[in-house]
Amino acid sequence: MKWLLIGIASLVGAFLYLPIAIIILFSFSQKRVLSLPITGWTFDWYHQVITDTRLQLGLLHSLQVAAIAVPISAILGTLAALAVQRYDFWGRNLFRSAVALPITLPGIIMGVAMLSFFSSLDVPLGLPTLIVGHATFGFPVVFSTVAARVARLPKSLEEAAADLGSTPWQAFWRVIFPALRSALLAGVLLAFALSFDEIIVTIFLTGQQNTLPMEIWARLRFGLTPEINAIVTLILLVSVGVVLASQRLSQNES
Amino acid sequence: MSKLPTRFWLTFLPPAFWMLGLYFVPLLVLLGYAFLRHEYVAVIREFTWENFAQIFSNLGYRHTLSRTVMIATLVTVINTLLAFPVAYCIVRYGNRWRGVLTVLVVLPIWSSYLVRVFAWRIILGYNGVLNSFLVSVGILSEPTTLFLYNQFSMVITLCYVWLPFMILPLVSAFERVPGRLLEASADLGAAPGYTFWRITFPLVMPGFLAGALSVFSLTMGDYITPALVGGSGDILVGNIVASQYGVADNWPLGSALAMVVLLILFGLIAVLSRVGSLENA
Repeated sequence: MKWLLIGIASLVGAFLYLPIAIIILFSFSQKRVLSLPITGWTFDWYHQVITDTRLQLGLLHSLQVAAIAVPISAILGTLAALAVQRYDFWGRNLFRSAVALPITLPGIIMGVAMLSFFSSLDVPLGLPTLIVGHATFGFPVVFSTVAARVARLPKSLEEAAADLGSTPWQAFWRVIFPALRSALLAGVLLAFALSFDEIIVTIFLTGQQNTLPMEIWARLRFGLTPEINAIVTLILLVSVGVVLASQRLSQNES
Repeated sequence: MSKLPTRFWLTFLPPAFWMLGLYFVPLLVLLGYAFLRHEYVAVIREFTWENFAQIFSNLGYRHTLSRTVMIATLVTVINTLLAFPVAYCIVRYGNRWRGVLTVLVVLPIWSSYLVRVFAWRIILGYNGVLNSFLVSVGILSEPTTLFLYNQFSMVITLCYVWLPFMILPLVSAFERVPGRLLEASADLGAAPGYTFWRITFPLVMPGFLAGALSVFSLTMGDYITPALVGGSGDILVGNIVASQYGVADNWPLGSALAMVVLLILFGLIAVLSRVGSLENA
């Protein structure tokens, strides 16, 4: 029974990683058609991707959106985590579930809701509307990682700081914040990874300036081109690096 | 309850206002659109039930809705069968590799969703990996178009992209099952299978329901996977919503459909939280 279960679990594990391995493999394949057997190896697709100006522009927009959206998520997520874990207020559980809704409900709902909202206010679509969208789904991600850490911090820390004569503000920056820092950074990295890849909400809120995933989406609809494998492998590399760093941070000190 | 200090309001109000103004108000605006009249290319600010009437009288919309619910159910069931052995093995037999294995399962959640959908086009396509493999082994004499652009490819891809969302809450649920209970059950003479059904399964139920809800809800709202790997007749309700907000340009109808999806999901959440304790895993 034990080995049967391990066998099944390994097959499912292979199912999770095989498609990713195939993309990486094909990104080095010489042929224009994505088929086996692979007849020769090349770095041409990577060269093509790096020199593609539309992709560079997409990357720039993605980074611009993340650069503003992620800090907003970080601030909102940390504040919400402190409010929920440190104070007992009416509707606390409701607030906690409400905050999780942007990642609990399917992205399309948030996408069309925000599109309707912005259009009813005559706000033109563009990077600012994208930033609002990305900050809103990044916020619950930061919230959950930081809230888990705050829950483990003893309240006596702040009391000790107060007894020793520090103001609440000093107690926060010199006692609480250092204890939260690695969890916050882990949440920030996850929010960044999410924003960097996001497509479902992004499609509805983008104006003229495409993000990197939007650029890929546009190309995918016109068929398979081999350079997509190279872009995708590079994106994967960024996401995996960011997520691994985040996991490291959230496991430290825990 | 004692009066809350100013510090509380400083931490509570900014996130509360953001959620209210930029998430809940947009949801209300969406709800509002569902009751507006649409004529030709214009939205007329006049209350109507027409959009909902249209959804339930139009055979195409009704079929798409029931197909979406069926496919979401199927994907949830398949992922349950795939996720249980993985989560169980990671916790039970993972030993010192448990952390690493859990990270390996989570990793795909945070790595490009678009990429993971796209991979199945390379695998299942006419020139794809599966076809070239089957031809080279001699099972097929020539490549077939049967693998891609149909419900089969759509279900496989949906299972693939949402599977980690089922495994993750199950792993944390299995981790919380106290080993003492299992030992006690074995000491009292229960067979491992019996112990699993009577002790372990009820204890992991909340984690399982949380995972099942995520998979179901994510499938209900997906429109990228059907567009990239589904057939032209296999669209899901998300595709209709997306096209009403795009080329078809009938926002009231699109928002009414989105409301139906939301209603189904809220109904499910209500039922699940009544049946078992649904918790955030």
